[in-house]
Amino acid sequence: MSLDLSEEEKGIAAGNRGEGAAMAMRILAEMGRLLGAPRLIPVLSAHIDGALYHGDSGVHFAERLVAGGAKVAIPSSLNVGGLDLLHPGTVKADAHRYEMARRLMEAYGAMGCWQTWTCSPYHAGHRPAAGTDVAWGESNAVAFCNSVLGARTNRYGDFLDICCAVTGRAPYYGLHRAENRRAMVLIDTSALSQRLKRADVFYPVLGCWYGLEIGTEIGVIDGLPADISEDCLKALAASAASSGAVGLFHVAGRTPEAPTVEAAGGGTAPTRIIRLTPGMLESARDWLSTSKGHGIDAVALGSPHFSLAEFAALEVLLQGARLAVPFYICTGRNVVAELEEQDRLARFSEAGITIVADTCVVVAPILPGKTGVLMTNSGKFAHYTPANTGYEVIYGSLADCVASAVTGRLARDESLWQ
Amino acid sequence: MTLQGEPQIAGKAEGLVLKLARPISFWGGVDPTTGRISDPRHPNHDSEIGGRILVLPGMIGSSSSSYIMLELMAIRRAPAALVLAEPDAILGLGVVVAREMNYGSIPVVVLPREQQARLETGQRVRIAEDGAVEIG
Repeated sequence: MSLDLSEEEKGIAAGNRGEGAAMAMRILAEMGRLLGAPRLIPVLSAHIDGALYHGDSGVHFAERLVAGGAKVAIPSSLNVGGLDLLHPGTVKADAHRYEMARRLMEAYGAMGCWQTWTCSPYHAGHRPAAGTDVAWGESNAVAFCNSVLGARTNRYGDFLDICCAVTGRAPYYGLHRAENRRAMVLIDTSALSQRLKRADVFYPVLGCWYGLEIGTEIGVIDGLPADISEDCLKALAASAASSGAVGLFHVAGRTPEAPTVEAAGGGTAPTRIIRLTPGMLESARDWLSTSKGHGIDAVALGSPHFSLAEFAALEVLLQGARLAVPFYICTGRNVVAELEEQDRLARFSEAGITIVADTCVVVAPILPGKTGVLMTNSGKFAHYTPANTGYEVIYGSLADCVASAVTGRLARDESLWQ
Repeated sequence: MTLQGEPQIAGKAEGLVLKLARPISFWGGVDPTTGRISDPRHPNHDSEIGGRILVLPGMIGSSSSSYIMLELMAIRRAPAALVLAEPDAILGLGVVVAREMNYGSIPVVVLPREQQARLETGQRVRIAEDGAVEIG
């Protein structure tokens, strides 16, 4: 498979923009070749997931780019890091991990990235236009970018994201090509109750089912309410991208290129039609919880990072509540700043809630102790908590999480699923 | 018996097969300090992938799996080779960056699921430059 580089791209690879950019172009060209791309295309923005510490190798990689003078060529937001820079002490890392996590975050800052430190960049002002090509990393952000914003990106892994940002280019393959974005599977939700489809707790479960059953195929989900919130779509995307390698799904009526089921298919009829029943969702819902008990030791919300609208919903539920267990909300520094400006931040700390910014509880050591049971309303937290924290997990709605945190015992409304 | 795969990253390797029963996300699924499968929901939980010919039915989840792959290469706990059911943009990336960082390289071979069915955990296999997977 041959990949044709333009004269300008060959020049970058030869080092005419410095050794850092040359290294980025070499990696990009090699990945383009490996993925069968005929050429590279310009991309308008990047979202970068590589600044989160998982070991020293990533720090050495980023510092080599910095030493080679690499700078991002396009607007590039940063996903979470391994530290909460706003609240030092939140992350309980040993000295080595702390130092390396800090160096890694600094290296990406030094390359000129936009220091958003959030996995919800789309709620921090980074919203590329429908139909444009971008290079995004972080699985939830990728799925949201394609499926809700309608901009085009593949699932760019750590390291390739920054290489795209430094060169301003990406391999022309996969979801950049219109013919690969057509929905082949139709998921009909008309057998599910409107009450269920109006509930926040439904979307991570639907996402989990979708990731397990549909995976990398492209599906179109039909019959969801036209006015479902972006936070529900965010929860659907994050959960689907955790249980499967999902980069794009269509929601008929919401995904920009899918005003209708027919449009999602691009003129081709679906090869498979799945009529979703409550019974089919049950196993996905059960998959999200690993603890069968009723005790909970902590609650965590905000994966992807909690939005202002979600804080507003929580404020209503919290009125007068006294929380019996540690309660964490992970969010972006942009949201923290807005809450502070609106004098809404203090009421959360007064209620005993710990606000975590720039990072989250499944990527950094934040939860107390080594074991316990964590309750969450996030399909993504539900997915990654057991392996990453040692905690077991129980999944429920936002209201279930608050009600359970008051008593330290699971209180979950099961009526929606019957 | 020899199965003909397509080399995504060419190279030679020999070792014992570890065939995963389900797709996996390396991030949140493999401990980057030990190379052990850390996801308690995964049927191969606690298996060590270091030094094995790792046969994967599919990839899921995190785009940080490339970082975990690079880290395993850096600390010498990476698999001896990857045998994937379909081309993958994330794990191969970890190997491409490892080469750039002088952490070595491993072969990455694409072998469709119906051919993967002939591979079993514990078999000794050899992988050749052209993507051939020789059993026994």
